[in-house]
Amino acid sequence: MTTDVLVALTALAAVALYAVFGGADFGGGVWDVLASGPRKHAQRELIGHAIGPVWETNHVWLIFLIVVLFTCFPAAFADISIGLYVPLTFVLVGIVLRGAAYAFRSQAYRAARFSQVWGHVFGVASVIAPFFFGCAIGGLTVGGYGWTTPFALLTGLLAVALCAQIAGVFLTLETRGSLREDFRTRAMLATVVLAAVGACALAVAYVTAPGVFAALARMQALPGIATAMTLGCVVLLALWTERYALARAAVALEAVAVLAGWYAAQAPYLIPGVLTYAQAAAPPATLHAFLWLCGAGALLLIPSLWLLFAVFKSEPLRES
Amino acid sequence: MDHLTAARAQMGTSLAFHYIFAAIGVGLPALLVIVEGLWLRTKDPTYYRLARTWSRALLLLFAIGAVSGTTLSFELGLLWPEFMRHAGAVIGVPFSAEGFAFFIEAIFVGIYLYGWERLAPFQHWLCSLPIALSGALSAAFVTAVNAWMNTPAGFDVVRGAVTDVRPLEAIFNPAMPTEVVHTTLSAYVFTGFATAAAYGVTLLREPGNRYAAKGLRVAMLLGAVAIPLQLVAGDVSARFDAHVEPIKLAAMEGQFRTERGAALQIGGIPDPAAHQTRYALRIPYLLSVLSFEDPHAVVRGLDAFPAKDEPPALPVHLCFDAMVGSGTLLLLIAAWWAYGTKLGLRPPGRRLAQSIALSGVLAFVAMEAGWMVTEEGRQPWVAVGFLRTADAVTSAPALDVTFYGFTILYVFLAITLAFLLLRIRTDEKSDPPRRRPAPALS
Repeated sequence: MTTDVLVALTALAAVALYAVFGGADFGGGVWDVLASGPRKHAQRELIGHAIGPVWETNHVWLIFLIVVLFTCFPAAFADISIGLYVPLTFVLVGIVLRGAAYAFRSQAYRAARFSQVWGHVFGVASVIAPFFFGCAIGGLTVGGYGWTTPFALLTGLLAVALCAQIAGVFLTLETRGSLREDFRTRAMLATVVLAAVGACALAVAYVTAPGVFAALARMQALPGIATAMTLGCVVLLALWTERYALARAAVALEAVAVLAGWYAAQAPYLIPGVLTYAQAAAPPATLHAFLWLCGAGALLLIPSLWLLFAVFKSEPLRES
Repeated sequence: MDHLTAARAQMGTSLAFHYIFAAIGVGLPALLVIVEGLWLRTKDPTYYRLARTWSRALLLLFAIGAVSGTTLSFELGLLWPEFMRHAGAVIGVPFSAEGFAFFIEAIFVGIYLYGWERLAPFQHWLCSLPIALSGALSAAFVTAVNAWMNTPAGFDVVRGAVTDVRPLEAIFNPAMPTEVVHTTLSAYVFTGFATAAAYGVTLLREPGNRYAAKGLRVAMLLGAVAIPLQLVAGDVSARFDAHVEPIKLAAMEGQFRTERGAALQIGGIPDPAAHQTRYALRIPYLLSVLSFEDPHAVVRGLDAFPAKDEPPALPVHLCFDAMVGSGTLLLLIAAWWAYGTKLGLRPPGRRLAQSIALSGVLAFVAMEAGWMVTEEGRQPWVAVGFLRTADAVTSAPALDVTFYGFTILYVFLAITLAFLLLRIRTDEKSDPPRRRPAPALS
């Protein structure tokens, strides 16, 4: 395995970890917007509690992704930043508003009106960020940075649905009783919507972007896509039969499989038709230094993350 | 607004905004280590209340620091793609190290802020140590990148392409040691005096408030230790500039002409058209002494360099004097406090409390002005001798729209944040510490 492939996989791992952990947070915001029924209030409170201790950490994966890109693939980082200036700016606005709104809301415990307004900002920003992130990835995939093409817009929706699904599944493990039922239903619904949007995206790719469709249908991409579809079914079945831990594992792996399929469809290109990973790669000394640093960093990070999750995710925070 | 100005304005606004929270992210954890440690040692509930209040403030300030930092990492590409294209492979390694340090900081901030009821007191205090340490480390790494922009090192350019990257040499570039020390200390100076100022205001209103007196004492201890060190570090930095970045020193001092036995010019208005600094207070020979320890040493002025490499002397000199002036006043206030209250054992008098209340503003001015000196003093280069700022900017259109948009967003965030911090202050007076962290919704 060459160094640039190893580094590309590190970048992919960063995207995957961000999709799972950051995605769960964004999805929390989606369910905050869509909170409904008699337990509307309790739903929102659960989302806030579940995200609380980990929200900062979950978003560092994004910073990690950006750093991997500009350190190891600086030429691609520069091109992407120019080509996708508009959607990435929207992603940024979403992330800033969401992070700020979350912190503001958590402090405004007595001013109901204030907390309501920032609650809405939190929710809406949580939809904006993954949507434009998805559009950016879709735009990168179709080529020519066409982030407003039908395929790219559907990729945006796909990203939002994926976040909602991940969050719905994760939240079933943060609570019990009827509140858990609420999120079980929501997670199943999101899974169905995700499948539908995914199917639409494939159909639209077939019609409007045959190149993308051909890439996705290539032998090297199919295992990832087939695995993702299978895992989607596992999520649905596990939720149906109330095996929440299984659902959680399956949904996380499903997100990874989606991204692996996307990577395999594009490989060896980072920017299709323009730059391969090898062409965009930084000089070998940088890649080596980066990989060593990741190794050393992981030695510190993994026990710290374990501690964080051990302290806060060992038991449901709230019984209902 | 022209393209380059818009890009610089947006980056400058984002950095000036982020700098405040980044500094607090370094300084406030240090205060928490001290104050929670004092609580464990003395069992004095006042320290516990202080620690709880400061950790509420940290939650807000760290969150804004994190999102504004994310903005900057995006903006490196969105605004300066050509810089990242050429320099990414060289400065990426210190940036990655910064990323890991920040990651550790974020993890322990999560454990610390939400773990008051879940961890034993001593365990909880232990969690403040990695926050303070990784906060300082992440500041050091990111400053190493800024130092690299002043003194690029650790790579070769062959036919326009960056080759033979030597990451360690890039991190430990010539300007790195002085700049890292100066910047890290600025975080402690700012946090110390800003926190002390908040309690100074309380003491002016309620002179007998023992809680505020204790908060002020802990914060002033940090500020009073950091400020003399900072003036020494600043002097070392200026002498480094005299030797390695003489053009920056010339701009800082408003020194247009190369002179033997140069005078130090305090204040005044540098006039680049007339090649002189008007209305300045001139102290003969002092600039030569300060720069080279020799009253007859030659100090190179801006005239010793090509005009196309000249930084804008007016803002650089004014910011430099604002920084040094504020820093000197802070030292005087700290000395007055240390002597007048026997290191905080006696309550400060009214005049002293007023000065301490003012010190927060001075610390803010010193920090932001100092940062302006570094950035404006480096112009017209983004990486000195390697890439000009004008060649680094993006080709994406309508930058002024995003500049105005982000500025409005930041103003909005700043107002809300100020409102919430004032709320914490109000609670501080009335409330006993709450048992649980603030619920997300009420």
